[in-house]
Amino acid sequence: MKTTLVGRLVQRTVGLMVAGISLPALAAWELNFQESVTDVGQEIYDLHMLIFWICVGIAVVVFGAMIYSIIKHRKSVHPDPATFTHSTLAEIGWTTIPIIILVVMAFPAAKVLVKLEDNSKADLTVEVTGHQWNWHYKYPEDNVQFFSKLDEASNIARRGINNIDVNTVANYLLNVDRPMVVPVNKKVVIKLTANDVIHAWWVPKLGGKRDAVPGFINTLWFKANKIGTYRGQCSELCGRGHGFMPIVVEVVSDADYAKWVISQQDGLTSVSTASPIPGATGSVAASTPVMTQEKVVTTAGSMVDEVAVMAPAMDKAQLMKRGEEVYQVNCMACHQASGAGLPPAFPALTGSEVATGPAEGHIDNILNGRPGTAMVAFGRTLSDEDIAAVVTYVRNALGNSVGDVVMPADVAALRGE
Amino acid sequence: MTTHAADHDHHDDHGPVKGWRRWVYATNHKDIGTMYLVFALSMFFVGGAMAFVVRAELFQPGQQFVDPGFFNQMTTMHALFMIFGGVMPAFVGLANWMIPLQVGAPDMALPRMNNWSFWILPFAFTMLFSTLFMAGGAPASGWTMYPPLVLQTGNAFPFLILSVHLMGISSIMGSINVIVTIMNMRAPGMTLLKMPLFTWTWLITAYLLILAMPVLAGAVTMLLTDHYAATSFFNAGGGGDPVMFQHIFWFFGHPEVYIMILPAFGVVSEVIPTFARKKLFGYSAMVYATASIAFLSFIVWAHHMFTVGMPLSGGLFFMFATMMIAVPTGVKVFNWVATMWRGSMTFETPMLFAVAFVFLFTIGGFSGLMLAIVPADLQYHDTYFVVAHFHYVLVPGAVFGIFAAVYYWLPKWSGNLYDEKLGKIHFWMSAIFVNVTFFPQHFLGLAGMPRRIPDYATQFTDFNMISSIGAFFFGTSQLLLVYIVIKCVRGGEKASSRVWEGSHGLEWTLPSPAPYHSFETPPSID
Repeated sequence: MKTTLVGRLVQRTVGLMVAGISLPALAAWELNFQESVTDVGQEIYDLHMLIFWICVGIAVVVFGAMIYSIIKHRKSVHPDPATFTHSTLAEIGWTTIPIIILVVMAFPAAKVLVKLEDNSKADLTVEVTGHQWNWHYKYPEDNVQFFSKLDEASNIARRGINNIDVNTVANYLLNVDRPMVVPVNKKVVIKLTANDVIHAWWVPKLGGKRDAVPGFINTLWFKANKIGTYRGQCSELCGRGHGFMPIVVEVVSDADYAKWVISQQDGLTSVSTASPIPGATGSVAASTPVMTQEKVVTTAGSMVDEVAVMAPAMDKAQLMKRGEEVYQVNCMACHQASGAGLPPAFPALTGSEVATGPAEGHIDNILNGRPGTAMVAFGRTLSDEDIAAVVTYVRNALGNSVGDVVMPADVAALRGE
Repeated sequence: MTTHAADHDHHDDHGPVKGWRRWVYATNHKDIGTMYLVFALSMFFVGGAMAFVVRAELFQPGQQFVDPGFFNQMTTMHALFMIFGGVMPAFVGLANWMIPLQVGAPDMALPRMNNWSFWILPFAFTMLFSTLFMAGGAPASGWTMYPPLVLQTGNAFPFLILSVHLMGISSIMGSINVIVTIMNMRAPGMTLLKMPLFTWTWLITAYLLILAMPVLAGAVTMLLTDHYAATSFFNAGGGGDPVMFQHIFWFFGHPEVYIMILPAFGVVSEVIPTFARKKLFGYSAMVYATASIAFLSFIVWAHHMFTVGMPLSGGLFFMFATMMIAVPTGVKVFNWVATMWRGSMTFETPMLFAVAFVFLFTIGGFSGLMLAIVPADLQYHDTYFVVAHFHYVLVPGAVFGIFAAVYYWLPKWSGNLYDEKLGKIHFWMSAIFVNVTFFPQHFLGLAGMPRRIPDYATQFTDFNMISSIGAFFFGTSQLLLVYIVIKCVRGGEKASSRVWEGSHGLEWTLPSPAPYHSFETPPSID
């Protein structure tokens, strides 16, 4: 450890004071709900404000009486205490009045709840599955599916790599590589489940959250009335990556939605191809051979055509470079930068039987995961190139020196089995 | 048999044994009460140190000091230490000290079991603490231990389960002792509706503990067999349901919330009449309100889990039942205000904490009422709004209740008056910084910051900084309490038997300090 915890805290506090003048620039000082873009969300907001003002009203009365009493009934000004010990009238009053207030609150609350629970008449159904630690979106009617995970700029900045100031990262921790896209003014019903542990899907501007429970399907719906990009994140503790699996929903016009669906269906065969890593890794996208044509939806929502480059193989240096990047993004959180892991939940890769044994077993582990452990299957989230690269990297770095090179074709061959 | 009067102070014929045996072999309710209180205080500091780590990490966005996995261990362990190691043992300590004195009993009914129920705790918490050094780290799935996440815990898993079992066994034995003492050992003439409110709230709390803790024991045992014996209670793949754990857990968990607050209600109901120099307003209403809250606490559990997906009828039932709790809780608050009304108040430290309790607990009650409203809860759930809510009811609620009790009875325990000036400084530091810490968290939650995240989007920075600064000062000011208590125990102005001008009840008929053996002959009650 370079500096002590206290030392760093002092350093940062001083830094904060120096930067005090620029604080308002970053300051949000948000005091209340984000503005909703659904009608039901607006009703929830109105309900929330109704209860809030009722509470404020009660507080004014109760706290007012207490403060008055504290001022007027202190010994110095009121030396002779009264002797009353009960008052039937008052007691009946402050039992029945709250009941009436509660009934007044209960009616609108029940009304909104009934509306919220009406999952019928869907215009579009999307199946959403929470994974440790990304989201999978499937549009069964349009034959589109993809994984959505924290964008690389946030992912690199959050670990302090290259000392990037997180304040300079756009939508830090609230941006993904591939957003969910839905049409405006359509009732979108989400069928929600999870693959491993319980997650919760929440975009504040689209209304309330629901838990994604493994083995069960929950339903929620929203009907956004405004085109735009809406952000949220997992809100049920799901392990070390809990803070790093955001949700981005792009609400677009019907025409744009139709275009998006077509572009996604084009790329469906290569849906497992991960998007290139921007940011600190610079020109990886251009230098990494892409095996199939793919259209990548950028976070801004515009369509970008990747240049198709047919490359039968990658050389070892390329694989190692790419592998290190894939490792940092996907593996390092559990297996650690050194490969030492955090046993026994997250075993070491350095010298492990899998990483130093036959390459097939190693690839299989990454493609299919290890049931019953925290090792999840990456077959659907990582491309053949990425898996080939990371396997090559793990076998020849992190203290391992097996010496072999795994090609994307090797991964593709095992994937077929 | 002696025929000494109850308040006779010549009981030194068989005082405490000297040395470690006094504590290890302790059967005296005062010694055991003291041990509980000292233990709870030390656990508050351990749990507080963990909160420091959490707040330091959250001071700014970006990874600051600790790894996200360790952050989750800290939030989990902070909760377990504060709830099971801090608040609950502190109240058991107060019960041990005060219930025999308040009902005119010579000791607790089952002194050897009392010894055992205390001595389990240091082992349970040493074991839990040791998981920090185990492979895979300490439990990191939140104190609620939801499966399947909790099943990913490393070597710590069985230690977590066993320590929770031990805490439960200790609590159950403590509760049996309270119930047996109150039911059988009240002084002649002390009918149930003549008992002091602190004893009353503890009697009800003890029943809650006996009903709730075995449910927790069952839930964690099912976790254990799911992990090691291939059962599938909470595994959908084997026909189980992860949400069933949440139902069972919160069937324990909601009464647990009241276990931590009812004794504080009792303390406040003792302190306010004393310093208002006026009898408690609506005594029997207070008792019935407490009992109603206890009953309702068993039929509202699912309000902790409105987002898991439940039928409309379920949502409506649990919403209405939860809102009902506001009625008896309101009665209590109104009665405290009515007790103050036209009294003749002075504001010594216990009264300051009690009045702050009424203000700040009520704020926690308001946010609780807001959380009861299902549609709104779907927005609030698992955000910092919830964190703010339960810290308001637990810190300026339960913990301020404990502080009020300690300052109120410390002269009776030690025989010396504490330093009033320092006590007031401690109060103002605590009352100001508890709000600096937790009030901004309401805003964070409403604006959309989920709880239990180790890093956050940059728009949440400012309120997190304020909260962290508040937490640092709040935690540090608690060292003052330690100093005040040590100073008071070591000496100071001698306390009279009544201590406070407006004091009422049997404990104030005894000399200060209360003799090692008291009420060997039952006092007579009018």
